Amino acid sequence: MVSFSAVAKRYPGGQEALKEVTFSLKAGELAFLIGRSGAGKSTLLKLIPAIERPTSGSVIVNGQNVGALKRAAIPYLRRSIGMVFQDQKLLYDRSVFENVMLPLAFSSQPPREAARRARAALDKVGLAGRENANPIQLSGGEQQRVAIARAVVNRPGLLIADEPTANLDADAAARVLDIFVAFRQVGVTVLIATHDLALVERYAGTILRLDQGRIA
Amino acid sequence: MRAWLSQHQRALRFALRRLAGGGVLSAVVIGLALALPAGGYAMLESLRGLAARASLDPQISLFLRPDLKRAEALALERPLRADARVARVRFVPREDALSELNKLQGLAEITSALGRNPLPDAYVVTPREGDIALLLSDLARLPGVEHVQADAAWSRRLAAAAGIARLAIWLLAALLSFGLVAVVFNTIRLQILTHREEIEVSKLIGATDAFVCRPFYYLGLLQGVAGGLIAVGIVWGALALLNRQIAVFAETFGSAFRVSPLAVADCAMLVCLAASLGWLGAHMSVSKHLREIQ
Repeated sequence: MVSFSAVAKRYPGGQEALKEVTFSLKAGELAFLIGRSGAGKSTLLKLIPAIERPTSGSVIVNGQNVGALKRAAIPYLRRSIGMVFQDQKLLYDRSVFENVMLPLAFSSQPPREAARRARAALDKVGLAGRENANPIQLSGGEQQRVAIARAVVNRPGLLIADEPTANLDADAAARVLDIFVAFRQVGVTVLIATHDLALVERYAGTILRLDQGRIA
Repeated sequence: MRAWLSQHQRALRFALRRLAGGGVLSAVVIGLALALPAGGYAMLESLRGLAARASLDPQISLFLRPDLKRAEALALERPLRADARVARVRFVPREDALSELNKLQGLAEITSALGRNPLPDAYVVTPREGDIALLLSDLARLPGVEHVQADAAWSRRLAAAAGIARLAIWLLAALLSFGLVAVVFNTIRLQILTHREEIEVSKLIGATDAFVCRPFYYLGLLQGVAGGLIAVGIVWGALALLNRQIAVFAETFGSAFRVSPLAVADCAMLVCLAASLGWLGAHMSVSKHLREIQ
């Protein structure tokens, strides 16, 4: 599903975020990317939807070499990946429901089917009653769950999340992780970056430990 | 297909909402900028119509050879009247011409000193509208015609002045078109900045460039169309007001001259032009500012 081989990423200015990263994830696998802040977790995750391009090595997602993708092909790659960002990236000028509808606006979904899917996604993350709320009215954990609903509304085969539990208390964090694990159980490949080792030990997942730009 | 349509619908809805918000003001600016050359064009077209009528009014004088017999001179009237380009024909016998001349002060003595009538028989021909130049050369070839004279200097001057005015209007239109593109460019830039977050997130989760750009293209197009319609309205209203005064003025000349409003085809052209310029402004703005957002 996802395979990195000898991937290095150097930022302009010479800072080396990743060196020789090699790993692969099978379809339906649950994996945690562990490491201290600044270890390169975010960079690694950004390589998967081509938000960043590798300096060398190859990143293969769904059989496509992401580093070599043309600009025009990138949106279609991103639609096949559900992404949950550290800062959620919700839009605060519209309702929870409209936030979840956003990815459906540009994939070819008839409006009625899109609305149905958005409701189903919100239902899965336990926010069925909050469709008309503004994200600003929700707690941190709830906002994170809106972000998850938006990530899964297109039914991606791969779900990646960057520190989804970073600012949450233990209960909210566990709840968010439970949702990810539930998606894994229906066959979605899930990759979660986190610095919280204690939290992930409770789940049976592959651990990828990233230290100073290398998989340890 | 339905998905494609709904995406366009969505983009159009966005653009209409933005237009209803601050976009109306830019449309008014565009309308004002376009009204100026469009109004100038309407006036010029009306003046040109007037000039075309006026420049044909000067009659063509056909001077016959002095040795031509009266019967031969009168025989020319038939082919002249038969010519479709000729509206009216009047024969001026040499005696009448001389007596006209004698009425002018001081000339009577001179003509009497000549002893004989130096003037030839002549025809005064009023042509219909159309190309006079060809008619002139045809008339000159008629048997017995010695000289053909058309008083065209006045109409030439008028045509030249109209040419200058037309060029000025085109220059003005070109300059203001740049202005229009700049106005749309800037409005779209502001809209992109306002929606930066949404654009960023959309692109991050798989929106194509086309999807992200589309609403802004619609906005540019709609601003152009709205501006064009406003310009048509301004020209129409201004001419209606002007015509009231013009009517008073023209009446003193016994003329029923009015500035005719822009023709429907001209209005349509104006709106289309404004729409394309709006689209162009949007295109320039989108190309410059949306590429910056990854």
